Amino acid sequence: MKQDIFMLGGQQFQSRFILGSGKYNVNLIQAAVENAKAQIITLAVRRANSSGEANILNFIPEGVTLLPNTSGARTAEEAVRIAKLSRELGCGDFVKVEIMRDSKYLLPDNQETVRATEWLAKEGFIVLPYMYPDLNTARDLVNAGAAAVMPLAAPIGSNKGLATREFIQILIDEIDLPIIVDAGIGRPSQACEVMEMGAAAVMANTAIATAGNIPQMASAFRRAIEAGRKAYLSGLGRVREKGGEASSPLTGFLRD
Amino acid sequence: MKINGVQKTYADNISVSELLKQEGYLREQVAVELNEEIVSKDAYDTSLLKDSDVVEVVSFMGGGSR
Repeated sequence: MKQDIFMLGGQQFQSRFILGSGKYNVNLIQAAVENAKAQIITLAVRRANSSGEANILNFIPEGVTLLPNTSGARTAEEAVRIAKLSRELGCGDFVKVEIMRDSKYLLPDNQETVRATEWLAKEGFIVLPYMYPDLNTARDLVNAGAAAVMPLAAPIGSNKGLATREFIQILIDEIDLPIIVDAGIGRPSQACEVMEMGAAAVMANTAIATAGNIPQMASAFRRAIEAGRKAYLSGLGRVREKGGEASSPLTGFLRD
Repeated sequence: MKINGVQKTYADNISVSELLKQEGYLREQVAVELNEEIVSKDAYDTSLLKDSDVVEVVSFMGGGSR
């Protein structure tokens, strides 16, 4: 079989699992890389601690692409500021735009996200915007120069699964960029389903970080994502609206 | 001057390099913003600070909203 490469921002990836930022510890990063085969890991930019605490970059294996996010930004201006600082920290041109004004549901601000995407794309960043799945916004993001579109499945950290399923499907069908489903995916079956639908990749953190056995869950996610991808590439079998259809010939010898 | 939101007093014309050293930051691990403009690493020795300046020192963290 031809190798299935995931192209993102001009780079090639074999894995379609991205580790989102948040509940980090060394074990989670190790499980994500070794068991879930993550090749992209999201990081946040924060005020530095002067206590000489362990540098998170030391725990990320060589060859993993870093995807800084702009979490904490409430406006496009703040997102651009954070993105520039992250580039200065020296981890390439990828940036995940994440702009939230709402602190209860942590829903992204689509309008500011479009503004930040346009601005950062002009500055030479490879921009991956996190967004509420809306077709008009997604089209604006394409025009703004996004490298992918990252719709949420459910509120961040909720593990509630594909609450926005129908709208993600519309983006997959209509948008000519990779659709990376981010936030809310809580189980491997949900990751599998969204890959079957044609998503390009899945980002998760909480689902694995809060699992009983982290390495085992990471491995379950990898298999689910691979299974869903393979099913999508195969083309799903058709659904009959009504009635059944014999899958094996109904031989008549019993009643002839 | 204000460093990461905290008002502090330093000698006039202290360089960014010297400030990072005195504050205990490792220059390889941080990025520095002076009055909302990025200071590139090769300008750390020549960028001199005054009392009215606002400095941000950031790094990557395991954190974020997720």
